[in-house]
Amino acid sequence: MRPYVALSSALACACFALVAEAGAIYPIDRADFLAGSRFDFKVEFDSVVPSDRIRVTVNGTDYVQTFGKAGQYVPNEDGTNASSLIVRDVSLAKPGRYLIEATDGERSQRVVWDVYGTGPRKAKNVILFIGDGMSVANRTAARILSKGISEGKYYGALSFDDMPHMALIGTSGVDSIITDSANSMSAYTTGHKSSVNALGVYVSRAKDNLQHPKVETLTELIKRKTRMAVGIVTDAEIEDATPAGMFAHTRRRADKEIITEQLFLSGADVILGGGSAYFLPQATAGSKRKDTNDYISLFQRVGFKLATTDAEMKSAAANPQTTKLLGLFHPENMDGALDRHVLKKGTVPQFPDQPDLADMTRAALDVLSRNKEGFVLMVEAGIIDKFNHPLDWERSVYDTIMLSNAVQVAKDFAGKRNDTLIIVTPDHTHGVSIVGTIDDGKPGTEMRDKIGVYSEAGFPNYPKPDSDGYPPSVDVSKRLAMFYGNFPDYYETFRPHLEGPNVPAVKKGNDYVANEQYKSAPGATLRIGNLPRAADTGTHTADDAILTAIGPGSEAFHGFMENVEVFHVIVDTLGLGPERSVKAPAPLRAPAKAKEKVAASAAEH
Amino acid sequence: MQRRDWLLATIAVATGAMAEWVLADDAGPNLSFQELYQTRGVLGMTLSEKTRSLSGRQVRILGYMAPPLKPEVSFFVLTRAPVALCPFCNSDADWPSDIVVVYPKDRGGWSQDGLPVAVAGTLELGSKVDRETGFVSLVRIVDAEVKTIR
Repeated sequence: MRPYVALSSALACACFALVAEAGAIYPIDRADFLAGSRFDFKVEFDSVVPSDRIRVTVNGTDYVQTFGKAGQYVPNEDGTNASSLIVRDVSLAKPGRYLIEATDGERSQRVVWDVYGTGPRKAKNVILFIGDGMSVANRTAARILSKGISEGKYYGALSFDDMPHMALIGTSGVDSIITDSANSMSAYTTGHKSSVNALGVYVSRAKDNLQHPKVETLTELIKRKTRMAVGIVTDAEIEDATPAGMFAHTRRRADKEIITEQLFLSGADVILGGGSAYFLPQATAGSKRKDTNDYISLFQRVGFKLATTDAEMKSAAANPQTTKLLGLFHPENMDGALDRHVLKKGTVPQFPDQPDLADMTRAALDVLSRNKEGFVLMVEAGIIDKFNHPLDWERSVYDTIMLSNAVQVAKDFAGKRNDTLIIVTPDHTHGVSIVGTIDDGKPGTEMRDKIGVYSEAGFPNYPKPDSDGYPPSVDVSKRLAMFYGNFPDYYETFRPHLEGPNVPAVKKGNDYVANEQYKSAPGATLRIGNLPRAADTGTHTADDAILTAIGPGSEAFHGFMENVEVFHVIVDTLGLGPERSVKAPAPLRAPAKAKEKVAASAAEH
Repeated sequence: MQRRDWLLATIAVATGAMAEWVLADDAGPNLSFQELYQTRGVLGMTLSEKTRSLSGRQVRILGYMAPPLKPEVSFFVLTRAPVALCPFCNSDADWPSDIVVVYPKDRGGWSQDGLPVAVAGTLELGSKVDRETGFVSLVRIVDAEVKTIR
């Protein structure tokens, strides 16, 4: 949902014709990454440079000696008047500070990297929950709707509200203060910042999406260094940016056919989500592939059990023989919790047997925990973001309640084992806030007259939630006034969209205009957008994300942290540094004092 | 007007305009998005008997014209509901799986994109790759006449 991409690419191309290429080194300056992790090293010169004039050093030593191999010299990269040097798949085993200098005989570039090691393994398992686009207002509203509040106090807390460790996460990327789910997830899973739309690569000047310098993903690291299992669970398409961040390398997250292939090759053990259309060969009706590859059958051939409904998933997970599980429950994104549990809208009538994220989490844990070496599980509540974009806050909040239920499943699993780190974090935020309540009983002809602020807001009257925390109705007479701050032209209806997910703007010519479908809704008001007319929906914000964590290793989370530091904590908790044993620690009863020491050492990074 | 009625009213207006045009033309039966597929499952969709029986024949269908790939292409995508996003324009947007690709007789008229349209033409079934763009389609209407519904 970034309409500026095409424009900025066009501008970049326009500039290219006028000015010389700028030089660059990848990984970029101030990169800090795991010792022993693999990456592609690339130096871009700003002009054509004969190979015999190129000198590249790492801490003063020729790069060939440091990396153990010579790179590929490209005199005119992609037909441009500029040369590059690319060394694929290298690593630095020793932690420390590295100064990289590259010269063409006349001009020099330099970057500094900080390469870190890890301590011994502290946890057997790591479970990373991503509330995609989950903003503070999503959390607050989820608590109000699912727990209730009166006289200023809540009647309960979300499952991740009481976690002992918390941090503010900076989500910005290499190219922009505003991130997307591709490069923000990539930061969590590689420890390297990237750019909008990119997964597992630094965005260089290469024209081919797959030729940019790669960095190793968490899945690759785990599969290369350990015998642990990896699980990837989402209610969005399994090829979507967040799950793809676990394993993919491409400059464009839209390469979903390629991402499906990369998923197949990743070695992940449990794969649950939507997006089956990219698994079907082109000739099958409903396929989104442009080739004849049948990934359903390929996965089955390498030992995966297949599930396409909630019942099949639970049955496969309950079978003690199941160690590899592919669950695909929708050709596209799955439906959200409000539609599945209450309204039965969206595509619920066509796909009535979709599992809930909490049950998907339970199934994944059942299968992954059969691996004695431990596991890393990523669970994404992806639809929070899919509904924040079209300004459909009720749907995003029901999915936040669902995330709370899924995290509770993980907490129940971790229980008193003290061997499982659980992290719950957004990947980025949206500009959304709760400003008061909307009371239909207030006098006035315009809906804005019915908004209560300060003492006039009082408390909403949502009905008592069911046992899963979902109020059986959102269409109440006194409801939350929750608004988005960055939006295209749209009709504000001041009511939940019971008829189906909101579509605020539609394209007309080159612009997005308010969707006339809502014009005649009682009380509907045209809000003139404050975003460029090319914006189709609400957009991501640079506001910090709030991370909470529990379990061994969680002590390292505190204060403000860059998103790449989440990766650092994960690999430190799993002891994935080069010289460390990667066997599961035994015994796994880490005393409280030892945990404090770990916190102190981890906090130094 | 009750809140739940306004959407139905919007649809009724569109259907009324469609009915007028359809009645004025006596060629071929109507086909709706709801009737296109018999089953829509995780592992693929099955075309309905009605759709298969109309292959190669004149049909009419009501839908929404999605933003075209670029002005010079020879087709547009017809969708069941308005497409908020332009999958051609945005790298993270994606088409619904039950689209119909329309090759109009007259290539003009792209400026009305996003609006409901009525399409009449020859129904073509089966996987096909557009030669100019590489766009893959399974259900097409070719030699189509297209009328915007206001």
